[in-house]
Amino acid sequence: MADQTSPLPLAGGAGGGSDHAHIPSPNPSRKREGDYLRFRDDAAADEPAVSLDAFFEQPNAVSVRIEAGDDPERLIPFLDRVKLIEVDFPKFRDGRGFSTARILREAGYTGEIKATGEVLVDLVWFLRRCGFDSFAPNVAIDPAVLESVLARYPYVYQHAEDGAVPIWQLRHPELARG
Amino acid sequence: MKILTGNDLKTGAVIWWDGQGWSLHVEDSADVGDRGEQILAVEDAACRVNGGYVIDAGREADGAVRPAHIKDRIRALGPTVRPDLTLKPADPDAGSWVI
Amino acid sequence: MYKYDHYDQAMVDARVEDFRDQTRRRLAGQMTDDQFKPLRLKNGLYLQLHAYMLRIAIPYGTLDSRQLRKLAHIARTYDRGYGHFTTRQNLQFHWIKLEQAPDILAELAEVEMHCIQTSGESIRNISADHYAGAAADEIMDPRPWAEMLRQMTTFHPEFSYLPRKFKICVIAAEEDRAAMRWHDFGLRIVKNPNDDGAGEIGFEVYPGGGMGRTPFIAYKARDFVPQHQIFSYLQAVLRVWNRHARRDNIHKQRMKILVHELGEEEFTRQVEAEFQRILTLKTDFPQAEYDRIAAYFEPPAFESGLPDEIDRSDPDFAVWVDQQVAEHKAPGYAIANISLKKIGGIGGDITAEQMEVVADLAERYSFDELRVAHTQNLVLPHVRKQDLYEIWQTLREAELADANLDLVTDIIACPGLDYCSLANARSIPVAQKIAERFANHERQQDIGELKIKISGCINACGHHHAGHIGILGVDRKGTENYQLLLGGSGDEHTTQAKITGPGFTEDGVVDAVERAVERYREIREPGERFLDTYRRVGMDGFKEAIYG
Repeated sequence: MADQTSPLPLAGGAGGGSDHAHIPSPNPSRKREGDYLRFRDDAAADEPAVSLDAFFEQPNAVSVRIEAGDDPERLIPFLDRVKLIEVDFPKFRDGRGFSTARILREAGYTGEIKATGEVLVDLVWFLRRCGFDSFAPNVAIDPAVLESVLARYPYVYQHAEDGAVPIWQLRHPELARG
Repeated sequence: MKILTGNDLKTGAVIWWDGQGWSLHVEDSADVGDRGEQILAVEDAACRVNGGYVIDAGREADGAVRPAHIKDRIRALGPTVRPDLTLKPADPDAGSWVI
Repeated sequence: MYKYDHYDQAMVDARVEDFRDQTRRRLAGQMTDDQFKPLRLKNGLYLQLHAYMLRIAIPYGTLDSRQLRKLAHIARTYDRGYGHFTTRQNLQFHWIKLEQAPDILAELAEVEMHCIQTSGESIRNISADHYAGAAADEIMDPRPWAEMLRQMTTFHPEFSYLPRKFKICVIAAEEDRAAMRWHDFGLRIVKNPNDDGAGEIGFEVYPGGGMGRTPFIAYKARDFVPQHQIFSYLQAVLRVWNRHARRDNIHKQRMKILVHELGEEEFTRQVEAEFQRILTLKTDFPQAEYDRIAAYFEPPAFESGLPDEIDRSDPDFAVWVDQQVAEHKAPGYAIANISLKKIGGIGGDITAEQMEVVADLAERYSFDELRVAHTQNLVLPHVRKQDLYEIWQTLREAELADANLDLVTDIIACPGLDYCSLANARSIPVAQKIAERFANHERQQDIGELKIKISGCINACGHHHAGHIGILGVDRKGTENYQLLLGGSGDEHTTQAKITGPGFTEDGVVDAVERAVERYREIREPGERFLDTYRRVGMDGFKEAIYG
């Protein structure tokens, strides 16, 4: 796991001109939070995540884990009591977690969504766009590479969960979404 | 015998293990016995081969190495339909060696 | 054709740097090949038999001369002097070095080209009718939609690690010249059948087609999706598939398999439910953006009052005109098809010199526009009839003037075992032998339309399932063997070819093809193509002739 005891210098975000897509920055004062990357300001949930099935049997559970094959829609009626959702990527090529996160965000969930498993650095930009705000990869991530990956693309072509304004809307600033 | 083949990571060229390093020519192939996977693990980790694998090969009467499968013979020589792009463009018998 | 604005250019330039950095990390040993492979595939770079292969996107098969000249330059500088046009309207180079690939991508970016998502488990190049903008039978040019969807599916964060590849096709006529129903997501532009003549534009939607090991023809999920909801509908389809496809067996992960397993009704139901939800997110693009893109596809400034007659006094020219020239919607104009199927050559291959010749022709005679057909031929879409003779003379000198469009020697073949690490058998020599067997032009004319398609393995890149005659190369106990299939089609009466029986050797399958052709000639009724005769009499009408 990459050493993160010093804050990562940050790229992306609101620099670079008024039409530069805004990808929200990681917390600049982030410290090492239990070995994972976290892009939120609030306190992390301190309970370990329970499985989806266990969550329904434990009315006090606030942290839940979604495996790649689980159906995130089962959680939708309970989202207001959840603080942390872990979404697993058993193999980095298994892209179900991207849809899982979006479904949760579209349902109004504003808590933490953490990507676990084989979260390679080249996935992180897509994961952020889909609404993931923390990462606990089982592989080392080089912070310098991560920084360059997040800063690489100055724009986006489509809406997602990160609030970035798509290119078509930058072309027609007089038109709001929808 | 068992020989090793793969592609050069940087160039993609077809390469053959000659006992100490990688050659562009199948005739330099060394018999690796049962050490093939071991050698590949080291060579792959050192980025000296990409997509390496062990194959069966025979020796012809003149001592030349002949991979058992046509695919590897095509890899050894080049596309049968473009003799000019093969390793032996001037050799009229090269194509029949593949088949 | 579409021109990048600074946003598009910035994205392509960023992609080049992205890949340059990924390549650097791979070569420095910071990534295993397992980790790097999906990344390089997302930039069209395969490791093939002899070298890396690079697949360059040609969006909906449209190119200009500047781009084609750049491809010629790349062929000369980084490859071995030629390229290969594919069954998805893209171009492949077969002798690429990984260490040079980032530079090649940078060169492509200079002319608004890229290799983004041309392989791997991505949303691939969107194909379209190669006669778009020129054919009289289309409702409108489908390419603005193809361009719109291209942008919206580029670097899509939810759909970049899909279960398998995903292929989209857009057509705008009843006649299907693009094998639309063989795609994962096929669209036909139509006018709303229910709106009493108001003429609202929308799409018939056909999901779930695909070739490969288990071919399926797409079914019609919707008679009409309003035009400005199509991106929402596409996202719904992608999400249902992304969520529910298997992830344990690469041969069962295409969307056609999920459609088959759920059944069309259930798949449609799930898509419709997701579609309604996604509509509320308002992610579709507005009319203003569509209009901006569509403006690039306005018809060129056709001249009026041009002569409509073609001087056929040169008999060789007349033969070429009859076979290669198609009707254009504008009076005095024509569509000129360029054969890349020279008898004795390699179908779909083109040398750097030939690319320069074609670029010059496109620039001079076709409003600087060229098309790539999925049949691995080229098209000059807008030429004046009065220029056809000069064009033909130039083509002839460049060995691009074979008059065999849709005839028996106009064969589609994948690169096969001569080039491809996935192949089980060579396909190009089979194509060459068949073409040589039927080389005589009168014989070809007598046989008429006959689409032969050859694949070197079950991945079906040669589209053998859609061949009037299809040939599939297999590995039979270490030797190459060929299965023969009959009756497939990629046109609007889409059908899947059926296997005839036991396989053949390379020479054997050529003979078998000839026997099938002779049988057709023996029993055909007036006006019947090979495919029509087969559809009338079925496999029973051919089997005995083939196997004796």
